[in-house]
Amino acid sequence: MENNVIIDLKNIAVTFEDEPVLKGINLYIRDGEFVTLLGPSGCGKTTTLRIIAGFLEPNSGDVIFEDKNINGVPPHKRQVNTIFQRYALFPHLNVYENVAFGLRLKKFTEKEIKQTVEEMLTLVNLKGFNKRKIDSLSGGQQQRVAIARALAAKPRVLLLDEPLGALDLKLRKDMQAELKNIQQRLGITFIYVTHDQEEALSMSDTVVVMDGGKIQQIGTPIDIYNEPKNAFVADFIGESNILDGIMRSDYSVEFSGHVFECLDKGFGKDESVDVVVRPEDVDVVSAEQGAISGTVTSVTFKGVHFEIIVDINGFKWMIQSTDQQFVGDKIGILIDPDAIHIMKKSDYSGTFGDYSSFSDEIEQMSNISEGD
Amino acid sequence: MKRNTSLAARLSSSPYIVWMIIFIIFPLAVVAYYAFTDASGNFTLYNISILSRYTDTFLRSIWFGAIATLICLIISYPLAYIISQITENKQRTIIMLVMLPMWMNFLLRTYSWMLILEDTGIINSWLVKAGLEPFRMINTSSAVILGMVYNYLPYMILPLYSIMSRMDKSVIEAAKDLGGNNATVIKKVVFPLSMPGVISGVTMVFVPSVSTFYISQKLGGGKFTLIGDVIEMQFQTSYNYNLGAAISLVLMVLILGCLFFMNKFADDEEGGILV
Amino acid sequence: MNKIKTSSKIYMAIIILFLYAPILVLVFYSFNEANSTSVFTGFSLKWYGELMKDTDTIQALKNTLILAVTSSILATILGTAAAVGINAMRSKPIKTTVLTATNIPMMNPDIVTGVSMMLLFVFLARLVGVTGVLGFSTLLIAHITFNLPYVILSVLPKFKQMDKHLSEAAQDLGCTPVQAFFHVILPSIMPGVFTGFIMSFTLSLDDFVISYFTSGPEFQTLPIRIFSMTKKRVTPDIYALSTILFVVILILLLLINVSQKRGENKKKVKKEI
Repeated sequence: MENNVIIDLKNIAVTFEDEPVLKGINLYIRDGEFVTLLGPSGCGKTTTLRIIAGFLEPNSGDVIFEDKNINGVPPHKRQVNTIFQRYALFPHLNVYENVAFGLRLKKFTEKEIKQTVEEMLTLVNLKGFNKRKIDSLSGGQQQRVAIARALAAKPRVLLLDEPLGALDLKLRKDMQAELKNIQQRLGITFIYVTHDQEEALSMSDTVVVMDGGKIQQIGTPIDIYNEPKNAFVADFIGESNILDGIMRSDYSVEFSGHVFECLDKGFGKDESVDVVVRPEDVDVVSAEQGAISGTVTSVTFKGVHFEIIVDINGFKWMIQSTDQQFVGDKIGILIDPDAIHIMKKSDYSGTFGDYSSFSDEIEQMSNISEGD
Repeated sequence: MKRNTSLAARLSSSPYIVWMIIFIIFPLAVVAYYAFTDASGNFTLYNISILSRYTDTFLRSIWFGAIATLICLIISYPLAYIISQITENKQRTIIMLVMLPMWMNFLLRTYSWMLILEDTGIINSWLVKAGLEPFRMINTSSAVILGMVYNYLPYMILPLYSIMSRMDKSVIEAAKDLGGNNATVIKKVVFPLSMPGVISGVTMVFVPSVSTFYISQKLGGGKFTLIGDVIEMQFQTSYNYNLGAAISLVLMVLILGCLFFMNKFADDEEGGILV
Repeated sequence: MNKIKTSSKIYMAIIILFLYAPILVLVFYSFNEANSTSVFTGFSLKWYGELMKDTDTIQALKNTLILAVTSSILATILGTAAAVGINAMRSKPIKTTVLTATNIPMMNPDIVTGVSMMLLFVFLARLVGVTGVLGFSTLLIAHITFNLPYVILSVLPKFKQMDKHLSEAAQDLGCTPVQAFFHVILPSIMPGVFTGFIMSFTLSLDDFVISYFTSGPEFQTLPIRIFSMTKKRVTPDIYALSTILFVVILILLLLINVSQKRGENKKKVKKEI
């Protein structure tokens, strides 16, 4: 394989009933990587996954697998296995037979099958579950059977379509660690789809952020978090305050009526930009000491920190601080140069980043995916 | 976007579709053909126009069918509710008891009612033995309606029971919690929610009741000719296929019309028949 | 949910009694010495003996069974294939049309279905100049036709209850689409297929009206035989026949009931693990 690239998507476009679902996707994935396709519901991440699996043919563009074009190759001939959102376990077969399913099709001997199934069940911590019926298993156990089944036939690439969505929080965290563990042990390429940015950041080698059928940014979790390319990415990953700013010169940006020192350069003189400041990167000081100041409008205790909404010059900031503030207080904030991240203006400018209508529940609701 | 639905899957219904066209759709066209032609095959509206002679019969059939359906509904509704409230094990047993008669030959069961209701039948013999006056039960319109009710009662009970047993109990509790007494709860919550079952049951009783011929012959003594009797006569006695076809055609249109209206109130995409 | 009023219990009992009255009458008088339903002269099994000698009735019973088995097997195969195809249909208008047409034999009164099929056969026969077309084959075709909708409507919902990715999962693991159907889809819809088969069988056994119009003189089914017998005064061997039928059906239902109970107990035990 050239450059160790195992899958290469070239200019993939998909239209469904006159609606464009994927618009010119270009993406390459290296062998052994843990790649996550991250984005909100409807962004096209599951569609991309299904293109790779072969359940969908693109309207235009090429799918290259190990330097070979596999357009038109049906799913049962691709060396790619999928873990479905609701597991799709075969209800009429027990655990052993589910895991052995792919192996039986490849005509392995009974002895080989037994060995592999045992290996897989041990890998997912389900030793001894051979004869159990599928409907007697809990969600987490069914999940693990699905993983064992998909890995048993030793695919080159494993596709995971929001596999942890139906599990409760604690179980999710445990499974995330287990999946990462398995991936590193087996060295298989994992392509993971999720809308949960925390999940993506904690598990992936590479994150591909998608919205509206297009790739917004590709990078390591740290890069994506620290240097989002546009307001969408900045808002989708973690919390961000995103303001209008003007680059006065290299390393100097003006926003909220104050000129701040920053670490970015290369923009035009007085160019309009989007400024990103993460809530946890802000220091709270007294109103006089602050670079900019404003009035506190709401305070919520989150355990780890206080979430404070401050109105500064008409823009509602979100600040995370371990010190409690009180509604109505005047406070000031200081921002270090490395806490300021500058982005070029994009179509997304002005649509995110202001916490004026902020509410936890609405935020969570809009981030919850409703399925494919 | 090309979906990966297997071609084989989509084609697998084609044998059925061919069968359906030949043996379901085409026969209806043949009926229409016979209805609008005379014995030599020439187009005529005579058969249709002659139907005005049978208006009485049509009306009588619809009337009897409607009464039988109403009686079935009134009897079955509380019964279905009661059954849905008892323990699960007992429910299964009772439903089995209700279903069993359905599988006994209906000709025999109707014949048996004749034995029971006859002038010298079982009921009258007992009355005489007890020193009471026997009275006329057979060959009355009530006997015919009784026959209809008897034969089709389970078809009303089962859909009603099915829907009531699946009703979410917490909906009823919510209604009570918000202040409804039993009567209100039944009127405003249970009855509307049971509508699909009601429609199912009414369909399954009305249609066979209106079109029966055996029940009216055996329990009505031929005094109450129903539309089914007329049709049967055309084919088995008079050999007037054209008239028989015409009457069948009208009957079918009538029934399908009624069903169409009823289904406007239901929204069951699976036909609502299967319990 | 366990306690019900006595009045409810009485109500249930009355209705059940009503449903069984005529059946019990037949059973009772099947054991009557005399050929009468007004006088019970003594207990006797002679009508059961008479029944065994009644070759026409026995033949009719055999015919009915053959017809029921054949038509339900064929209807189940054709209907299951139809359900698979209908489920895979993508065009909503076509799907709706097919489903509506499928409903027609169920919605139509039996007499209209019977008449329409008879006229079809007569019409086609006249076209090719054949007479006496009504016989076993027309009867079989008619039975398959009215059984098909019940099979389809038993199987179709099973697809909705299935995980919609089941076939994809099988293909993903290496099955061709056809293999995926037989290995994975068919087992999942099997309960619906089985129900459809049972329904077809029972409908076929008991059908009178449609058989009446589409059968010929050589092949009598049991309901048709009973019909011709009830035209005149009936001999009590018919009561014997109904009693036997009743007992057989009762045993069948009891067996089904018991096996259902066992199935549910198994599930209960599992959930407690």
